[in-house]
This record gives sequence, structure tokens and C-alpha cells, in this order.
Amino acid sequence: MPDDTPDLHGAPFLGDQIRGLYEPSGPRALAESAERSTRHNQQIAASIPSWQEWREAANQIKHYAVANLDKLLIEFERSITARGATVLWAEDAEQANRHVLEIARQHGVKTVVKSKSMVTEELELNAKLEAAGIRTVETDLGEYLVQLAGQRPTHIVTPALHLSAEDVGRLFAEKLGEPFTAEHAALTATARKHLRQEFIRAEMGISGVNFAIADTGTLCVVENEGNAGLATSAPPVHVALMGIEKVIPSIEYLPQFLNLLARSGTGQKLTTYTHLFHGATPGQELYVIILDNGRTRALADAAARMSLFCIRCGACLNACPVYRRTGGWAYGWVYPGPIGAALTPHLVGLRQAGTLPFASSLCGACGEVCPVGIDLPHQLVHLRHRAVSEPSPMRSWRERLTWRLWAWAMRGPLRYALAMGLIKTALRAARWLPWHPGKLGAWTRGRGLPHVPPGSFRRWWRRHGEQFAPAGVLKGEDHNDEQP
Amino acid sequence: MISPDDSQGPVCPRYEPGEPVALFVPCYIDQFYPQVGEATVRLLARLGVPVVFPRRQTCCGQPAFNSGYWHEARQVIRQFSRTFAEYRYIVCPSASCAAMCRVFFAQADPDAEVRRIGARVMELTEFLVDAMGVTDTGSWFPHKVTFHSGCHGRRELGILRQPLRLLDSVGGLQYVELPDMDECCGFGGTFSVKMPGLSVAMGQTKAENILKTGAEVVCSVDISCLMHIAGIMRRQPAMRRIRAMHIAEVLASEKNGAKPGESAPTPC
Repeated sequence: MPDDTPDLHGAPFLGDQIRGLYEPSGPRALAESAERSTRHNQQIAASIPSWQEWREAANQIKHYAVANLDKLLIEFERSITARGATVLWAEDAEQANRHVLEIARQHGVKTVVKSKSMVTEELELNAKLEAAGIRTVETDLGEYLVQLAGQRPTHIVTPALHLSAEDVGRLFAEKLGEPFTAEHAALTATARKHLRQEFIRAEMGISGVNFAIADTGTLCVVENEGNAGLATSAPPVHVALMGIEKVIPSIEYLPQFLNLLARSGTGQKLTTYTHLFHGATPGQELYVIILDNGRTRALADAAARMSLFCIRCGACLNACPVYRRTGGWAYGWVYPGPIGAALTPHLVGLRQAGTLPFASSLCGACGEVCPVGIDLPHQLVHLRHRAVSEPSPMRSWRERLTWRLWAWAMRGPLRYALAMGLIKTALRAARWLPWHPGKLGAWTRGRGLPHVPPGSFRRWWRRHGEQFAPAGVLKGEDHNDEQP
Repeated sequence: MISPDDSQGPVCPRYEPGEPVALFVPCYIDQFYPQVGEATVRLLARLGVPVVFPRRQTCCGQPAFNSGYWHEARQVIRQFSRTFAEYRYIVCPSASCAAMCRVFFAQADPDAEVRRIGARVMELTEFLVDAMGVTDTGSWFPHKVTFHSGCHGRRELGILRQPLRLLDSVGGLQYVELPDMDECCGFGGTFSVKMPGLSVAMGQTKAENILKTGAEVVCSVDISCLMHIAGIMRRQPAMRRIRAMHIAEVLASEKNGAKPGESAPTPC
């Protein structure tokens, strides 16, 4: 597959033909785990009286950072270069991959260890490295499992959320030749044993970046397993990849985000490890690749800018009733859940991902939990507007015509009465039909139709309204004429 | 979105007794649930509020807006604004439509006047509790009732304490809290027919939770959610006995008066 056309497995969610609906271990496990996380996060948020102020402050900092990316990224480049790092820029996935392969070639790299990084999923970097004959091993346990199974992550924080301990036991038996067990400690020990060899062998470590701090030239990487620490320090070369939106102005603001990130992501006060790389470690090469890959398209759309505030905590996924039922693969690309639906259309284009903003009931659970206050449901309606106005699978002349007719009918009480009369007659007739077409069928396949009463409220009001209206008002109101 | 509690703010000055209130009856209530509009009028009348029903009203534009057809939505929003321009209080028995007017008019239409008019729209219970200061509607409804809070109302307008407070004052009413009350029921307007599989799956969870409460009646500030939930419940024998009612119908019930749930056809 060429680099510039991300594989979205067709148009995800279109017409409810959901790919990957209910991943292997079943929807329950995924839903329950996500629900648990949300409940846990709610308790944490409730335990902090100033939670809303924290969110507001983080939102303001991100506002500033995203509005000043041009300056902050240059400042970051200058300050981290002064600390011995090499900064490379990439407009798209292809360019970023070329950078990584070139660095690997220069240093004669045969094995790469990776700590968890969603941005490298965007690049499909593992496949590119493998194709160049470089052994690439994911070292985050969840990512390692997903890689062994030949799958994609289902969640941005907990990539193997869909695998049960039994699944993992079978996977290790099949791929690593280990005796089967579903015992958690034994499974972890197995992963540890195998990964330890990889850390020792690897000539290059690849990591993502949680925060790139402009004033001090610092990279911040958070993790829980210690694998990111090893992957970035054991090999002689460290390559860190980051999207342009990861930059924050000052190290003073870092605690603000750390406070929110772990609490919203995993329900911890702080992740087990918080690594701060103040430039290159002596004796080690540090490369930082700063990637656009469509982010400037979100930046250019003023109403969508907030989608770049995301700190990838995964709280919106856990809270989303759609995500809980479909899992991550249904979203077709790297970022699932509400943030995926709000971000992917910018990164890969509406032609590919125009259906995603419609994969939501707009309930707003996502916006409520977002630690940096992204107005996710509003982002989604904005993208819906764009998806029906620009080339995308959702642009349909038939639907446009339907809404034109609807808007015409809703612009005057007589037309309204006429249209409603027709709809109600059709619905009454539909009761006697064994099968319903189109959207009506979509309703009745799972639900009964509402009772269709003969009258309407306005008819009742014409007869009885007078007794409730202030004197003289009803008469004045009683003009049923069309709007000029 | 940052703080849902801030977004609710007082949108209207305190209601002066005797001032007429313009009633906005959303299109689907007008046509499919006229008894909800009637109950709203009777309830307001009982509390001494004179009601005006501007006849040119049709719809708030939400279906087209949520589907992405903003140009078409804007035409309907303008019709709404012209119709309600002269009224200081606009009361609507739907939290979702009130959220459309108050929050989303601004996103859909750059016109400042449209935004100002939209900002005057209040959901019924919100009007009663916040603008009028009503804490007891003098209602009588001797049933076991659970409450479903619509997402738009709760998350965009912060409506939850108002309906619960009013339900608390209803004589004879036994309130049971719905488990996972803040979960979406899956209706979502056109979402219900664009992604019917997901929509029904979400509704099924909601229906099962309603069944768990053992309530005879599930009520809400949004009859649109209930249309979807009741549509699902009707297909399941164990749930068929549960009635879905708008909160206005519950609040309009009186000890010696007609009980809307019995005199009018049940909504489901």
C-alpha cells in the first residue's frame, strides 16, 4: 500500500457495516474495562476540588501553544539542538520513515526496540523497518502482544484491551513456544524474559514524546513498565518521534499536564516513570523527528483547532458508548473513539474518514471527561458539516435534496402542516407493511414505531388555547398565514 | 464544555408573575406527542403562567444541523428567530431542542440576533425551578417512577437537579434512580437511523437498566429519547408494562384531576 493512502479498511462505520465490531474476546470485556476506567476517573476527578480549574488551565496553555506553534517549535528545535540532539522535520509519513531508515543505515542498525508510540502507528513504521531488514520489537507489553498477534492496537493507552489472559497465554504458546498459562504474573515474566534479550541486542531505540518543552529543550515521556526507560537508554541511538502539537511553551507548565494525563488515562496520580530527556545523554545519539502528517490541516481549520490539544490519555474512548461497543478497529485507523473521529478526518482527509464524525450519538460523554477540555461533540458536528459539504463518502445529493425539502417545509406553518400530514399518513400505512425501506426500516428493525395520534398540539391549541392565553393575545397570534 | 456547570448560567432574568411565556412545542411533540404539549400548558396555567403559542413556529433546525446540513438548518433557525423574536421567555418541553437553541444556534448561525433569541429558550423544568423558583408543583402521581436524563440537556445545559427536584415534590411518587443514569440511550436523532445497530444496542442497555429499577413509569425531559427507548421496550414482553412519559405529564397530574397517562394515549 503506498505511503500516502492510509488503509482505512474501506469507509469505517458507513451504513452500520462496522468492521471489527466486537473484537475477539467479546464486547463485554472491552466495555467493562472501559466502564471501569471511566468510573475510576470520575472518582478521581471528584476527589480533586479544583479539577475543573486544572482542565481550564490546561486548555488555555494548549490554546496558546497551538496558536504559537510556529514560534514554539523553532524555539524547541534551537534549545534541544543546543543540548546535542539532532532535529529532523517531516511533512508526511513517507518523509518521517525515510529519516528513520536513514538514521538506522548510518548507525548500522539491525534491531530496533520501540516504546509505545501512536505516531509511529500513523507511519506504519514497523512494517517499513521490517521491509528494510531491520528487526523491530515493541516493548510496551500491550503493544508487544498486539505485534505478536499481528493485529493493530484497539486503544491508544491500553492497546491489547481486547485480549484476555487466556488469549495471551495461547499467543505466547504459539509464537514463543512457551507452555500455556493464563496466570498474570507468569505471563508478565515470560514477556520480561523475551524482551530483556531485545533490549540488550538493539542498536536503536524508538520512542514517542508526550511533551516537547520549548524553553528548556526537554522531551518528556511517561510510562508504567520501565520499557521506555530501557528502550531510550540501553541502545546507543535514541530516535524520538513527535507530532507538531506536542510542544508546550515552558517546563513550568509540565506538572499541569502530568497531573491530568495519568489521572485521566489510567487513573493513577502519576505514571510509574516520568522521563525527562534534557538533550542527548553523553555517549548516545538523540534524534528528534517532528512530524506534520496532516496536523496543519486541523490547524488551518479554525473551528477544528482544538482537536490538536489532545494529550492522548484515552479518557474519551473509555467514556464513549459507541467505542465501548465497537472497540478500536471499527474506526479504521490509528486513533479510535471520539478523538479519532475528530482527528482522523484532518490527518487522512474526509474522503477516507468522512464517516467517522457520524459514529456518535453526540451524547457528549467524551467532552465531559476530556482533561484538556476539547469540545469533542462540537468538533464532531463541525466535521459532519464539512463531510456533507466536501468530497467524502457522506456527501450525497439525495440527502441534500431531502434536507432542502425539509427546510422548505419548515419555513411556514401551512407547509409544515402539509408535510407532517404526509409523514403521519405514511407512518400509519407503514404499520400494515411487513417490511420497511430505507431509514424507516432502519428504525423498525430494532424498534417499534411510535403511536401516530390523529391530531396535533396546535389543533388542540386552536380549540382550547384561549383559556390559557393572556387576554387578547391569542387573537393577535392567530395568523396562520405563510411567511412572505 | 470545560465546566458543564458554568454553561447552564441564568439565561433569563427572574420571571415576573403574570408575564406571558411563549411556548415552543418541538415538531415531533406537536405531531406525535400532543399530550406533552397539553400537559405543559396545563402545568404552566396551574402555576399562574399565561401562555402564548406563536403559530408560525415549526422546528429548531436540530435534525439538519446535527446531520451537517447547516445551510438548510440556518433557514429553519431564522424562521424560529423571526417567530420568537418578540418574546422574553421561550419555554420548551424538550431539553435537546432547548440546547439546540441556546448552544448550537451560535455554531450554526453567525447572526448575533439569532444567538440572542436562542439564548432565551429554557427547558420547562429549568424555567420552573430557575426562573420561577418553583419547588413544588402540587402534583399527585402515585407511581414508582425512574428518570432518564437526556444527554443534550444534562451536558450542554446542566439540566438534572431541576427535574429531580420537581419529581421529589410530587405527591405519592416513589422515585427510583436509574443505574448508569448518565449513559446515552443511543437515540441521537439521525444517529438512530444512520447507525441503527449501535443505536439499538445502546437503547437495549438503557431499557434493561430501566427494567432493573422495577419502575412502572420512566420519565424524561426529552420524549425523543423515550420514543426510542419505548420502541425497544415494546418489543420485549417483560418491558411492555413500563410506561414512558414526559415529565410534564407527570407534573401535570393532580390528585383529583385527569391523569394524563390514563386519559391520553401512552406515548409508546
